[in-house]
Amino acid sequence: MGKEGNVHSVETFGTVDGPGIRYVMFLQGCPLRCKYCHNPDTWEKGQGSVMNSDQIIEEINQYRSFYESSGGGVTASGGEPTLQPEFVKAVFSGVRELGLNTALDTSGFVEPDKIEGLLKLTDLVILDIKEISQEAHRDLTGVDNTLIQNFANEVEKLRIPMWIRHVIIPGITGSSESIRQLGEFISQFSIIERVELLGYHKMGSHKWELKGCSDPLADIPAASTEEVEKAKEALRAFGIKNVT
Amino acid sequence: MKQWDGFNNGAWSERIDVRDFIQRNYIPYKGDGGFLEKPTSRTQAVWQKVVELLTEERKKGGCLNVDTEIIASISSHPPGYIDRENEIIVGLQTDEPLKRALMPNGGIRMVVGAAEAYGYKVRQDLEQFYTEHRKTHNQAVFDAYTEEMKRVRKAGIITGLPDAYGRGRIIGDYRRVPLYGVDYLITDKQKSLKNIEYDIMEQDLIKAREEVSEQIRALEELKIMAADYGFDISGPAQNAREAVQWLYFGYLAAIKEQNGAAMSLGRVSTFLDIYIERDSRNGVITEKEAQELVDQLIIKLRIVRFLRTPEYNELFSGDPTWVTESIGGMGLDGRTLVTKNSFRFLHTLNNLGPAPEPNMTVLWSTLLPAAFKKFAANLSIETSSIQYENDDLMRPRWGDDYGIACCVSAMTLGKQMQFFGARANLAKALLYAVNGGWDENLGLQVGPRFAPITSDYLDYDEVMERFDNILDWLARLYINTLNIIHFMHDRYYYEKLQFALHDLDIERTMACGIAGLSVVADSLSAIRYARVKTVRNEKGYVIDYETEGDFPQMGNNDERVDSLAVDLVIRFMHKLKKQKTYRGAEPTLSILTITSNVVYGKKTGSTPDGRKAGEPFAPGANPMHGRDRKGALASMSSVARLPYDYSRDGISFTFSLIPKALGKTREDMVNNLSTLLDGYFARDGHHMNVNVFDRETLMEAMEHPEKYPQLTIRVSGYAVNFISLTREQQLDVINRTMHTKV
Repeated sequence: MGKEGNVHSVETFGTVDGPGIRYVMFLQGCPLRCKYCHNPDTWEKGQGSVMNSDQIIEEINQYRSFYESSGGGVTASGGEPTLQPEFVKAVFSGVRELGLNTALDTSGFVEPDKIEGLLKLTDLVILDIKEISQEAHRDLTGVDNTLIQNFANEVEKLRIPMWIRHVIIPGITGSSESIRQLGEFISQFSIIERVELLGYHKMGSHKWELKGCSDPLADIPAASTEEVEKAKEALRAFGIKNVT
Repeated sequence: MKQWDGFNNGAWSERIDVRDFIQRNYIPYKGDGGFLEKPTSRTQAVWQKVVELLTEERKKGGCLNVDTEIIASISSHPPGYIDRENEIIVGLQTDEPLKRALMPNGGIRMVVGAAEAYGYKVRQDLEQFYTEHRKTHNQAVFDAYTEEMKRVRKAGIITGLPDAYGRGRIIGDYRRVPLYGVDYLITDKQKSLKNIEYDIMEQDLIKAREEVSEQIRALEELKIMAADYGFDISGPAQNAREAVQWLYFGYLAAIKEQNGAAMSLGRVSTFLDIYIERDSRNGVITEKEAQELVDQLIIKLRIVRFLRTPEYNELFSGDPTWVTESIGGMGLDGRTLVTKNSFRFLHTLNNLGPAPEPNMTVLWSTLLPAAFKKFAANLSIETSSIQYENDDLMRPRWGDDYGIACCVSAMTLGKQMQFFGARANLAKALLYAVNGGWDENLGLQVGPRFAPITSDYLDYDEVMERFDNILDWLARLYINTLNIIHFMHDRYYYEKLQFALHDLDIERTMACGIAGLSVVADSLSAIRYARVKTVRNEKGYVIDYETEGDFPQMGNNDERVDSLAVDLVIRFMHKLKKQKTYRGAEPTLSILTITSNVVYGKKTGSTPDGRKAGEPFAPGANPMHGRDRKGALASMSSVARLPYDYSRDGISFTFSLIPKALGKTREDMVNNLSTLLDGYFARDGHHMNVNVFDRETLMEAMEHPEKYPQLTIRVSGYAVNFISLTREQQLDVINRTMHTKV
C-alpha cells in the first residue's frame, strides 16, 4: 500500500529541475507566500488531486527509459514538497528501486527532524534561496528564513549535493547588497554543485488574477539579461563555481 | 564500362539494381560534422540572387512570374539560369527562375484560375484547346463522379482529393539516370515491352504496353532536355559533378512534366556519396567542392514551383512542393547508411540558412551513430527544419532502400508507388452518425438517410453502432472515388518520366487517410465516461453538445481513451481492406492532415468533446491543443500507441516546444532531444516533426515578416515558411500544443 498525497500536477518531460530528463511532481500546498510566486495556485493545502505513490511510481516506470538514458530521474517540487514528507518518501524509495535518481526542489522552510528520512532518500537538493536578509525575507515571503538556513546546514552535514536557486527581482533580490549576502552565505558550503540565477519574469502574473487578487509586484519589471549577468559575475567573484 | 571504374561490381552491373550498387560501394561514416566546409563564393553568389528573387516573389503576393505561352513538357523550354557563371548545377523548370509553368493536363480551370489570381492571362487558345480538343484529368474525373461523390466532396467529409491537379507522391528513382545513363534505361524498357506480349491482349496488357511506350518517349525527351543544357546523358556519369547533375536532370524532367502535389526526391545523399568518395580517392575533388555540389543542388530544390490557386495554398499552407529527401537510416546488414554526404545535405541548413524545402527527413534508428544523432538534433534546435521517421519501424516492412514521399509515406524506390487519396474527415463522420447522414454545416442530407439518434443524452453503444455503419458507407464511397480519380489520372496525366524510373512490375498502394482522430477519440471518451447532452435545432438535428463531467483525453497516456483511438484506426483500416481497388492496389491509411486541420475544422460542427463548430482539429495524430496536461512524454506515448501496421502510410506527430523546455545548455538540449527521439521511436512512434522556438519569436514574425524571411517551422509532415502562412494558420501554430513548462 502506497501513501496518498495532494498533487497539483505532473510533468513527464521536465528538463530544468535537476540533471537530464525528469518526471517532476508539483505538490500542492506551500507555507510561504512569496510576492513573486508564479504558481500561487499551488499554495493551499489539501487541494489538487489525491494520488497514490504506487500510482505515481507506476507512471514513472512507463517513461523510465527516457530518464535512465538521459541521466535524469524524478524531482519533487511544488508548492512545497516537504509538507508531505511521507508521500514523497514513498515515491522516492520506489524511484530508487527503479534505479533512478531523486531530487528535492524545496524552499527549505521545514524543521529538519520532520524530513530526516526523506533526505536519506534524496540524491540532490535544489534549494531556492529567496533572500538572506531576515527582514527582506519576511517582507517578500511572509516568513522568517532561520529554518531555511538551518536546512542548508543539515544538508551540508548529510553531504547531499545541492543546487542553489535564486530569483533576481529588480531592486529587491537583485540588488548588489542582496547578491553580496547571498555570495557570502553560499561560500560556507562545500556541497554546492551549481548556482542558478533566474530572472524574474511576468508570466505568472495572470495566475494572481485567476486567484482573484492583484499581482503584488505588478509595478516591478521583468529582470533584464544584463542584470542577471551582472549578478552572476558578482557571485563568481566569491569564487563560487558553476554559476549559470 | 569505364564510367564504373573504381566501383565494386555486382548484380547492379548486370541489371538495374541501385540498392545493390549502394550496398557494395558506400562507406558508412560514424564521425561528427567537423569535416564540413562553408559555402563557396560561387554558392553564395547564386544563393544571394535567389534570396533577392524570393523577396520579390513574396512582394508580388507569392508568385513571381507565370509562363502564359508555352505548355510545359520535359523539353519545352530553352535553358534557364539563375547566375550562369556561378552555377555548378544547372537546370530550371522554365527559362527563368521561379517562373511557373503551364501544366494543364491535371485540369484547365485550375491553371487559368491560378494565373488569373496572380494577375496573368494565359494564351487565348489554351482554354479552348483543353476544353474542346484535349480532355484533362479533372474533366474526366467529373465525367465519372456520381452525384453522391460530388456531395461528399462539397461537404468535406472526403476532401483534398487529387481530382483537379497532379496526384504526386510518386518518386522516380532518379539515381538510375547517373548510374546507368539514359540509353541503358531505354534499352531496358524496350526489353520490358517485349515481355508484355501475350496470346490475348486485354485491357491491363494494352495499358501496360501503352505506358511503357510513353516511358521510352519520356526518356528520349530527357536526353533532349539535358542536351539543351549542353550535356550528353546517354551514358553513365563519370564523376561526382556529373552524378549530381544527371540525377538532378532526372528530377527536373519530372517536375517539368508533372505538378504533383508532392514531388519527392527519394534517398539520394548516400548514393551520391559514393561518387564523391571515388573522386576524393582519385584526388579530383576537395571537401569544399563536394559541399559546393550539394549546396547548389539544394538551391535548385528550394526553388521548385508550381502554378496553383491561392485556395490550394490556403489548404496546404504556403506553397509546398514536398521535395522530400530521406537521409540516414540503417542497412539490413546492420551497417549505418549515414555517410559524409548525409551530413553535407543537412549542413545546407547552415550554409544557406533554414528553409522548408527540400523536406529534410532523417530516418532515425536507435542504432544510428551517436555523432549523427547529435548533429541532426542540434540542427533541429537551430532551424526547426527537420522531420524524423522511424527507420526501425519501417525497415522491416520496406527494406533499406525506401524513400518518403510527401510527409510520411514510405515506398521502396523504383519498385513501389501509391495512389494518393488525401483523407476522410472522421469527426464529421461521427456527427453524421448522430444526425443520420445529415450534414451539420451545409444543412443537407449528404450521407444515406440512417435513423438519427433521438435521445437527449448520447449512449455510447448506440453511437458506436451508428458510427460503424457510417464508416462502412464512407470506406466504400472513399475507395470508389479514388478508383475513379486514379483510373483517370493514369489515362490523362500519366507520370511517364517518373514511371520510366521504376521497374516494370510495381507494387501499388491506395493511400487513404483520416483527419480528426483525436477529436473523435475524445468525443467517444466523453460519451462513454462523462454525460453528453444533445442540443437540437428546430428541425430536431443536433447542432451542439453539452458535456457534463470529466473524461479521459488523448495525450495523457491514458489507456481508456487511447484505446478508442487505436480501435478507430484498426476499424477503419479493416473497412478499407474490404473494398475492391483500382489496379489491385493495397489499401493503406495515414493519420496526417498536412495543415488542412484548420480547414477541416472550419467545415465541421461542434463535437461531443467540447470542441466548438469551426475550431481547428489537432494536426495529424496529435492530441487536441491544451488537453495533454502531463507533458511531452505522456503526450507522445499516447500517439505512439497508434499501430503502424494498420496505418502504414504514416502517423504524423508534430512536437513544438520552447528552447527552455528542452534544457538549459545547448549540450543538455541536444542530449535531451536525442533521448526523446530514441525513446519515442523505441516505443514504435512513427514520425515526429520537431519545432524549437519561442512563442515571442513567432508573434514578432507575424508583425514583422520582413525580419524573418527564412523562419521555417514544421507542420504536419513537412515544413513551411512561417511568414507565408495565412494569419489564421499562424495563430493555429502559435496556439497549438507548445510545451512551455519551465
